[in-house]
Amino acid sequence: MTITEVSAVDPVLERVKTGIEAFDDLVMGGLPRGRTTIVGGTPGSGKTVFATQFLAHGITDLQESGVFVTFEESPDEIEVNMASFGWDIRRWREQNKLVFIDASPRDRDELVVGDFDLAGLLARILHAVRAAKAKRLVLDSLTQLFDHFVADPTTVRRELLRIAAALKKEGLTVLMTAERNSEYGEITRHRIEEFVADNVVILRNALDKERRRRTIEVLKMRGSRHVEGEVPITLVENHGLVAVPLSSLRLEQQSSTKRVTSGNAELDRMTSGGLFRDSVTLVSGATGTGKTLLVTNFLAGGVAAGERALLIGYEESRGQLFRNARGWGVNFETMEAEGRLKVISLYPEAQSLPDHLLTIRELVKEFKPDRLAVDSLSALERIAPDTGFREFLISLTSFIKQHEIAGLCTATNKSLIGGQSASEQHISTLTDSIILLRYIQEGDMMNRGLMVLKMRGSEHDKHIHRFTIDGKGMHLGEPFGGAPDVFGDAAIVAPTA
Amino acid sequence: MRTNNGTGPAIRPILRLYLAGDAPAARRALECRKRIIAAAAEPLDIEIIDILEMPADAETAGILATPTLSDETVTPPRRLIGDISNTSQVLDYFGYRKKDATT
Repeated sequence: MTITEVSAVDPVLERVKTGIEAFDDLVMGGLPRGRTTIVGGTPGSGKTVFATQFLAHGITDLQESGVFVTFEESPDEIEVNMASFGWDIRRWREQNKLVFIDASPRDRDELVVGDFDLAGLLARILHAVRAAKAKRLVLDSLTQLFDHFVADPTTVRRELLRIAAALKKEGLTVLMTAERNSEYGEITRHRIEEFVADNVVILRNALDKERRRRTIEVLKMRGSRHVEGEVPITLVENHGLVAVPLSSLRLEQQSSTKRVTSGNAELDRMTSGGLFRDSVTLVSGATGTGKTLLVTNFLAGGVAAGERALLIGYEESRGQLFRNARGWGVNFETMEAEGRLKVISLYPEAQSLPDHLLTIRELVKEFKPDRLAVDSLSALERIAPDTGFREFLISLTSFIKQHEIAGLCTATNKSLIGGQSASEQHISTLTDSIILLRYIQEGDMMNRGLMVLKMRGSEHDKHIHRFTIDGKGMHLGEPFGGAPDVFGDAAIVAPTA
Repeated sequence: MRTNNGTGPAIRPILRLYLAGDAPAARRALECRKRIIAAAAEPLDIEIIDILEMPADAETAGILATPTLSDETVTPPRRLIGDISNTSQVLDYFGYRKKDATT
């Protein structure tokens, strides 16, 4: 055995954190120090934000100065445009922590004849780098540089190669942005990535079912591993870009055997002692079958057991939720006043799914609940394309489990009887337990039935129990005598003779 | 366009030549500079700015490429980038007369 057999390439590459939350995880800790990364994207995909955040993080958190070469917007424009992310660029410029090289298109009267080089640009960059003792360098965007010398792409290409080599010699970690013509096509205009980049990152801002969907993808990392595929990303005020990774989430959360009450003694019996501490339960049923009631019981049961409970409602206002609870003998006001409960009502259409996910994560971090209810997932599904919704669910359920929270989500069936909702299809494999609520016809009576369809890691009652709802809440009764078909179109029980 | 036809105060016209060190391209540009000055009908100064020694000047002027011949007495500056070996073309671009053409 020799030392060279230790084939791990990763550890030798020192990492430079970008400050883009969760993105650094995708690239094993950050961008490799001393290397060049191309960030490609269509106009409006967030390239300049990414680049600025990369410099901002170095300045604010790691005492690493930066140089920003701008070929597009003027330094003053960047200063103004980035202010909403909470970056005080003016102050950094005054402190010489951030130096701009203004190569933005000025008013000019210029003629290019024959061969030239970009020694002027390189000299300016090196001058600024030394003046600021910079470790990080941004060139935004190379496409504009090509447009400036539009007749000589070959020369620009040759010169960029020279500049990249010179910057590497300086030990700078370089981030270059480049424009793309389409979301799924050639990587960048002028194929810049082919000749200067060690690493390639792509930002996308695709239109999917009339909604914008932002993602980030690490396409190439020379000599290093990275997480593959597109990851949702979002722009957050006072923060910048935040990636919402899914594939980097590993199924490593421990499985607890601790049970917590569902808030309904009879349901606890059906599930052999209640729900698991770190599990996610799906309650599925048509409108009016009692999903919100089950949620209310779940919250009240937790609070009664001394837990903290969080409800995020996407269908009803706080007022409606409170009134519903009161109708079932549960007083949300008192619970909130005691700080044991938090009820948040959000309008699904108000933000994108990744933003909703971030909101939930923020709420959980802030309130630290022991149990969390989401009512309903179907309302969120309306606003998202299929792939986006599935990613959202995966992230949400992993997040809930990682935080060892008991989660309860509801899904509304489209048809009144039987049937399956799409969210059910998506989530059924992701949740630990599924509870079905169904209308069941018996003769000329419409009754309600509850069944525990699945309960991971536990025995459970397999019967379909009838239940009633009154001013005190839900009352589970005896199993139905016949054999109603809870999945088919006609959940009818033949009247028992 | 400038026409220095003798009226008004006698300013000695100045162009700036930005170049990088003593690379072959820079040396060629210096040769061209001499020929341009010699060919101009009026006295003409071309200041040499080596951006490797004076990068701050390149920053102020916003120079990206070398060689660049620049007239900074006008706004925006009038610039010729690259090959400046065609003396007549260069003088014409900056609005100067050539000696031969005056006869």
